[in-house]
Amino acid sequence: MKQHSVLRVVSKILIPLILLFALYVQFHGDFGPGGGFQAGVIFAAGFILYALVFDLDRARWVVPAWLLRVAVSLGVLLYGGVGVVCLLLGGEFLNYNVLAHEPSHGQHLGIFLVELGVGITVATAMITIFFTFASRGRPKRAVIPTTIHED
Amino acid sequence: MLSGIYSLLSAGLFVTMDAVDVAFTEAAVGAGVSTVFMLGALALTTSKEKRSSRTRLLPLVVVFITGAALIYGTADMPPFGAAENPIHQHVAPHYIQQSGQEIGIPNIVTSVLASYRGFDTLGETVVVFAAAIGVVLLLGGRFRNPANGTANKPVKGSAPEENK
Repeated sequence: MKQHSVLRVVSKILIPLILLFALYVQFHGDFGPGGGFQAGVIFAAGFILYALVFDLDRARWVVPAWLLRVAVSLGVLLYGGVGVVCLLLGGEFLNYNVLAHEPSHGQHLGIFLVELGVGITVATAMITIFFTFASRGRPKRAVIPTTIHED
Repeated sequence: MLSGIYSLLSAGLFVTMDAVDVAFTEAAVGAGVSTVFMLGALALTTSKEKRSSRTRLLPLVVVFITGAALIYGTADMPPFGAAENPIHQHVAPHYIQQSGQEIGIPNIVTSVLASYRGFDTLGETVVVFAAAIGVVLLLGGRFRNPANGTANKPVKGSAPEENK
């Protein structure tokens, strides 16, 4: 897509805003609408837009496959790990009251970590699914782009 | 494309009904990502269906049994829209009145999703994880080289893929 300069310029401006908005939705989900799931999808949408407008190989270079595999498991492990930590601290599974001295602080911390886990898993799962779909049937390019701003 | 527009419209509808969280999800997932996935899947498939060599009776039987069990289960459901249904009586008033003190978070949706129903959300996260793992297993995480198509042998159990 070398010829669509309007698309390229507009998405270059938009992608950082999309990622920033996703982080806002992630960490402000306690007070406003949103949460881990929505934030993860918006975050993934930023990368998918990058892969659509620029190049899939570049996007795969930015987010390598091993990172996706690790992160998609890390989110679930973080979620389950919070539950196990609750168990070890003497509460029920996923009962966040025991995470801090004050029950409501524990709830805050637990919800924050759990939503973070959901966000990481959802974002990387969406990116993984898109990359897998889009890269099917394409030969692996020998030269991996080393500069992002070569144009 | 039409389903994407439909999702965007229903996201507007959810905003009108004050369900901002649902609208958020609908706009991001329905109108955004799933439309892209749909187009990507369309680009992978062809317009002709590959003929299967053998009839698949067992999946049909499984589908019918599952559907019959689900329909049988609906017989036990309370009447639609009645005010004395358990959903209006049981925990929803407790969530609305008590979640401010118990959880200390202004957004009731978040406290229900992440704390009261934390186990459900864990299940949902695992479902998303399983979806990603399944796609990688079926479609091959590695690049497939068309020159030697045997680089990625089809995984056992990938029967639905043969229909494409």
